[in-house]
Amino acid sequence: MVSATTSTSRDGARRSGPDGADRDGAATPARPRWRERLADPGTWAELAAPVGLVVLVVLFQVLDPTFLTLGNIEAMLAAAAILVVLATGQTFTVATGGIDLAVASTMTFSAVMFGVAFGAGAPVGVCVVVSVVTGLLFGLAQGLVIGYGRITDFIVTIGGLSIASGLALVVSGGQPQSIISTFMLRLSTGGVGVVGYPVLVALVVAAAAHVLLFHTRFGTHVLAAGGSPEAATATGISTRRVKTAVYTLSGTCAGLAGVLLVARIGAAEPAANTQFLLNAVASVVLGGVALMGGRANIAGPLFGALLLTALTNGLTLLGVSQFYQPVAVGSVVVLAAFLSRYQR
Amino acid sequence: MSSPTTTAPRPTGPSEPTGDVLLRARGVSLSFGSVRALKDVDLDLRAGEITAIVGDNGAGKSTFVKCVAGVHRPDDGTIELGGDAVSFRDPQEAREAGIETVHQSLALVEDLAVWQNLYLNRELTKGVGPFRVLDRRGMRAGARDMVSGLSVNVPSTTSRVRRLSGGQRQAVAICRAAGFSSRLVIMDEPTAALGVQETERVEALIRRLRDDGRAVLLVSHNFEQVMRLSDQVWVMRSGRCAAGRRTEDTTGEEIVALITGAKSA
Repeated sequence: MVSATTSTSRDGARRSGPDGADRDGAATPARPRWRERLADPGTWAELAAPVGLVVLVVLFQVLDPTFLTLGNIEAMLAAAAILVVLATGQTFTVATGGIDLAVASTMTFSAVMFGVAFGAGAPVGVCVVVSVVTGLLFGLAQGLVIGYGRITDFIVTIGGLSIASGLALVVSGGQPQSIISTFMLRLSTGGVGVVGYPVLVALVVAAAAHVLLFHTRFGTHVLAAGGSPEAATATGISTRRVKTAVYTLSGTCAGLAGVLLVARIGAAEPAANTQFLLNAVASVVLGGVALMGGRANIAGPLFGALLLTALTNGLTLLGVSQFYQPVAVGSVVVLAAFLSRYQR
Repeated sequence: MSSPTTTAPRPTGPSEPTGDVLLRARGVSLSFGSVRALKDVDLDLRAGEITAIVGDNGAGKSTFVKCVAGVHRPDDGTIELGGDAVSFRDPQEAREAGIETVHQSLALVEDLAVWQNLYLNRELTKGVGPFRVLDRRGMRAGARDMVSGLSVNVPSTTSRVRRLSGGQRQAVAICRAAGFSSRLVIMDEPTAALGVQETERVEALIRRLRDDGRAVLLVSHNFEQVMRLSDQVWVMRSGRCAAGRRTEDTTGEEIVALITGAKSA
């Protein structure tokens, strides 16, 4: 019994991905047994997003050789940047077993606030700060209600969705504000080589989130509060504070995404942006983050966002009607959720 | 409130205890509304001993233990730890004072590794100011020391707790309680969910804690285990500490009689 347990547990330590439990050279005999790993469906759940991305890229490239042209890659990365930022924030709320259904509306509200500040003649730098702070405050409010009001995440954020969308309409009077600024134009069009500035922003956010999740006490407490609220409380971790913090984080990311959105469309519009909500949650699920909480990583949702963007882009290139795209995205997400059943 | 200094320890019989009194409770009372859960509980725990608290369901064992662990605050009475009166506002304060609890639920996070659970909310960090990052290497090394120091049977400190057996989980929880210079380890039904072989391992681990000089407070329904492990037994009955016995001077029958009230102290 003892030896059997030992070997499976060691496999477990090796198999586990870039999150908490990871490889330890000293304690585990190295060299993963690939055959064994590939036989485990859990591996596939964790690798769903990168593997799916590669499959899609190969498929689309075979069907349409213009798919992997520099221009199209640039366009895809730029389109994915906003989604990556939203999905990164969302990862933290899902890691605590919650979900932020208000991300897209928060982003819209933040973008509108950007427009309001811009319309009032504020310098662009101030507008950026206004947008990010709006997201932060909205997330903080949601987090406080969830953490201290002890109301289910789902209910609070679905209310938040409605409130933020409504506020966006109220504040803007339902009218878009066009943003004419060389800074914002450069933000959306400029970059380093193929990598546009929005993509750089997304990568910096993802890298910072990775450090936060795996290399700070806060990150460990997020995973603990999501994995076992009882254990977290018993060891003195305040799950209320963790909840408040993750929604604040998600709101801040939404505020930043609002800036990227304004740069992308050149205007602050009170539009609904529902597809961003669906895709942000979908990226997180595709990334192998457990919806029950306690297990998360940042690279997965990043690849999830790229996959979803490549999917819509490829379908458009192939001339598939836009109406089929939500069907395709939905199917992929359900498939990913199906794989994640085997994650344990 | 009765004076804690003048009252001698309760009659302990011919075999005299050896360790110093670590925790001294005197006149501890607690009511929940009109229910008097604890009435004037007096008892001592000694360092280097395993002290068992036994009693029927609802006798007040868990309530008393929660007073010691900082979950409840007594309405009346004193609890002294190492000679100093203590009054914990929350379990964290009790933890800081060196009182660790192994919960029946174990309080482990299944998706975190053994080392992360051992250091949960006591993570080591390096760096300065807001840029403090986890010292993962240091924690893994520390975890290996903690595990090997108690000869705990855990495959690897990098395994997720999810992959451990019930006994191994119990061992991890005990290991966490034993680490960080704790003075008193409280265990609530530590082997209730375990098989025979795993129970033996966990009991050996509990004995090692005692031999290291810690005080162990054991709450158990298993009389055989209490007789096997403990040095001192306190019997609770309807919120009172009804009797205290040195384990070697008593028998299972006597303890049962004390619990049911068929015999009084």
